[in-house]
Amino acid sequence: MTSAGMDADVTVRTLRVNGVDREVTAAPDTPLVYILRNDLGLKGTRFGCGEGQCGACTVILDGRAVPSCDLPLWSAEGHEITTVEGIGSEGGLHPVQQAFIDVQAAQCGYCCDGIVMAAVALLDRVPDPTDEAIVAALERHLCRCGAHTRILRAIRAAAVAMAKSAAP
Amino acid sequence: MSRPVLPRSLAATPRLDRWVRFDDNLAVTVWSGKVEIGQGIATAIAQIAADELDVDIRRVSVVAGDTTQSPDEGYTSGSQSIESGGMAMRQACAEVRALFVAEAARRFEVSAAELRVRDGSIRVAGTDLSTSYWELAPQVDLARDASGAAQPKAAALHTVAGSSVQRRDLPAKLTGGAYVHDMSLPRMVHGRVLRPPSGGARLEALDTGTIRAMPGVVAVVLNGSFVGICAEREEQAVAALKAARAAASWRERGSLPQSTEVRDFLPAMRAERTVVGRIGDLPVAGAARRVAASYSKPYLAHASIGPSCALARTQDGHLTVWSHTQGPHHLRSQIARALALSPADVDVVHADGAGCYGHNGADDVALDAALLARACGRPVLMQWTREDELASSPYGSAMLVDISASLDGDGQVIGWAHEIWSYPHSSRPGSGEGVDLLAAWDIDPPFAPSKPKDVPLPHGGATRNAVPAYDFPAQEIACNLVRESPLRVSALRSLGAYANVFAIESFIDELAAAANEDPVAFRLKHLRDPRARAVIESAAKAAAWTQGRKGDGTRGRGIGFARYKDISAWCAVIAEVAVGAKLEVKRVIAAVDAGEAINPDALVNQVEGGIIQAISWTLKEQVLWDSTRVSARSWDSYPILRFDEVPEIEVTIVSRPDSPPLGVGECAAGPTAAALANALYDAMGVRVRDLPLTPERIARAME
Ligand code: FES
Ligand code: FES
Repeated sequence: MTSAGMDADVTVRTLRVNGVDREVTAAPDTPLVYILRNDLGLKGTRFGCGEGQCGACTVILDGRAVPSCDLPLWSAEGHEITTVEGIGSEGGLHPVQQAFIDVQAAQCGYCCDGIVMAAVALLDRVPDPTDEAIVAALERHLCRCGAHTRILRAIRAAAVAMAKSAAP
Repeated sequence: MSRPVLPRSLAATPRLDRWVRFDDNLAVTVWSGKVEIGQGIATAIAQIAADELDVDIRRVSVVAGDTTQSPDEGYTSGSQSIESGGMAMRQACAEVRALFVAEAARRFEVSAAELRVRDGSIRVAGTDLSTSYWELAPQVDLARDASGAAQPKAAALHTVAGSSVQRRDLPAKLTGGAYVHDMSLPRMVHGRVLRPPSGGARLEALDTGTIRAMPGVVAVVLNGSFVGICAEREEQAVAALKAARAAASWRERGSLPQSTEVRDFLPAMRAERTVVGRIGDLPVAGAARRVAASYSKPYLAHASIGPSCALARTQDGHLTVWSHTQGPHHLRSQIARALALSPADVDVVHADGAGCYGHNGADDVALDAALLARACGRPVLMQWTREDELASSPYGSAMLVDISASLDGDGQVIGWAHEIWSYPHSSRPGSGEGVDLLAAWDIDPPFAPSKPKDVPLPHGGATRNAVPAYDFPAQEIACNLVRESPLRVSALRSLGAYANVFAIESFIDELAAAANEDPVAFRLKHLRDPRARAVIESAAKAAAWTQGRKGDGTRGRGIGFARYKDISAWCAVIAEVAVGAKLEVKRVIAAVDAGEAINPDALVNQVEGGIIQAISWTLKEQVLWDSTRVSARSWDSYPILRFDEVPEIEVTIVSRPDSPPLGVGECAAGPTAAALANALYDAMGVRVRDLPLTPERIARAME
């Protein structure tokens, strides 16, 4: 039962996700998006294309926003992974999530968690980004509903809110 | 006295207990047939119910699109969720409220006029006497039909409807799992289907043995040309699909048109011509001049960001499918037919999906899931690939529109002819006699699809918005319907309105330019409808439109206007563009009159989304093909608008709280397309009549 190019050797790996070490058993070339969704139940990381072209599956890896659909399991080991569940929950929203809800920066919302992760990674690095920097950070993200202008507004609002709460 | 007319959905499901229930925990459940597709309807329905019942909106939960419980309201489409579903809910709640108030009046021996309802408690004004919906619920039997007698509140009394209540579904969606894609059941497996590479392709050979032997593969379902895979783990299903694709050989038809230019192939096909509108006689006498132009739009993809998905489970002979369909009741009967089950043995439960913008793969994937669940005996989460979504869902029909006009000596239009060539615009499952689900055509024996037909006016498919809003004294509107489309077609947001409005509003601009008149002034000169004039005037004001100002060779502005379907929302769009290597949209200003706005912010959001999607269609999108296969298979081969291409957008609502609410999901599409083409003309003096407005087409028009 070996078909060409397919690594059937299942291994146990430890991933550090949302600050917790999690053990997973899967083929080492399994795209991280499936591990997060199916093994770890972190469904906010969404499948959109599986080809690194839409941003729906974006997570933060050591501070950088990356698509998790073209990241094999083996390469994620030893890195700090954050998913949308790791930044906030319904009871305690991250300022970026809160801003998306306040501004109604979504229609179907399917693109949004990936975009939220890109925004969080950006704001962690650059607390007061220019509009151009925000647009650049969303370069690989697609939204079909046309929520773009609201999404940009929400990210700007989140930056302001975060600056306020960080002020002494 | 004639019987009061009930809203359509309420007339179809008149029993009040199918719409409203007071629950023990001081809560209210309402059932709706209109489902959430990202338009915020679940919130709007809760707002309407809260207002009409006078309960805090937090007490209201909405159950939508569940064939075990919710009323059958057909499809959630055509910007009808509020116009039809919302108004049915409003009437149902008004009736329920009236019954409870009457019961309270009986109990306290007062007149109904003396009672006040506040957050569900019913009090005799100026006294301590009070009861509540929940207390009276055992006495008030809602197992009775709506009478139409109760009068919903006057608009001025609405406190929840009319305010921008936060979308209730967003917190879950922004923090984790919330879609059908995210559901999971014990023993569930992951499903993929090997779609034929082109429409009508037949499977010639596939060695399923090697696929079945791959790690984790639970079943390979081979039925005619339908190939499905179930695997324990998702990546195993993906790997098995890849192997199956490499191993399968197909017999393909190879019969796609030689040219991908709409005007090359569409009018050459056999068509049935119908005159759908006529005023006066053409050609008119006394015309000083006659002008004509021809416009086209390509096939467009729905291109949802989340590929379609469904979860199916068979248990004790009963099939349950969780689906992001727009029409759960239709889907149930179609799946039942395809699987030779009684509809009573099938349930379809709506679960949220990514935005669909019309008839995408949502229904097809549900049958895929059902076929796989039945074959492997375990629940199946069936996920389409990006390629499936772009290449196998139906497309919005290609269209060609020829318009000619006769003008008198003053440049006033006295005769107008509008001639359409189009494929049908809707082949939704359940709309005809056949089974309109992809897999049903591939299994053995195959089911026939319904005979292609189009949506008649007043809503219209190809003819949607073909009748101009302008007061032209003589006009003829005709449609040449080509029933058989080379590519699979069905409803895409706004149907034919996009092409018709693009054509009408481009042509009006051409006439204004020929008459050397300002485009806004020229429109107003031909338009009496005060609500039409108001949206054009408000958009012009918001955009600081100065009469007669001309583009400067790189920058320009243009306007487009329509009343959606000629019976729904009024919308005017002004676009400001800059043309360099490509057409860049800098700013878009829109004004909309949608009657009563139930949730103004959600309304603006819908219009903004409609504008951005229409910019994407108009500047970038077209489905292309070679002789056999479509090439739209990834975001590379079907690019859509990106963040750095999105303009500033300002939407103004022309407020009409006393007029019935109108849907706005689709009203901006056509006006946006025309505004862009007109702005391009204003900037550069070139007229591009074939969409999309790509740099190549602009360059060709300049030659
Ligand atoms: S799903 Fe990963 S980029 Fe689209
Ligand atoms: S909100 Fe639907 S794709 Fe972005």
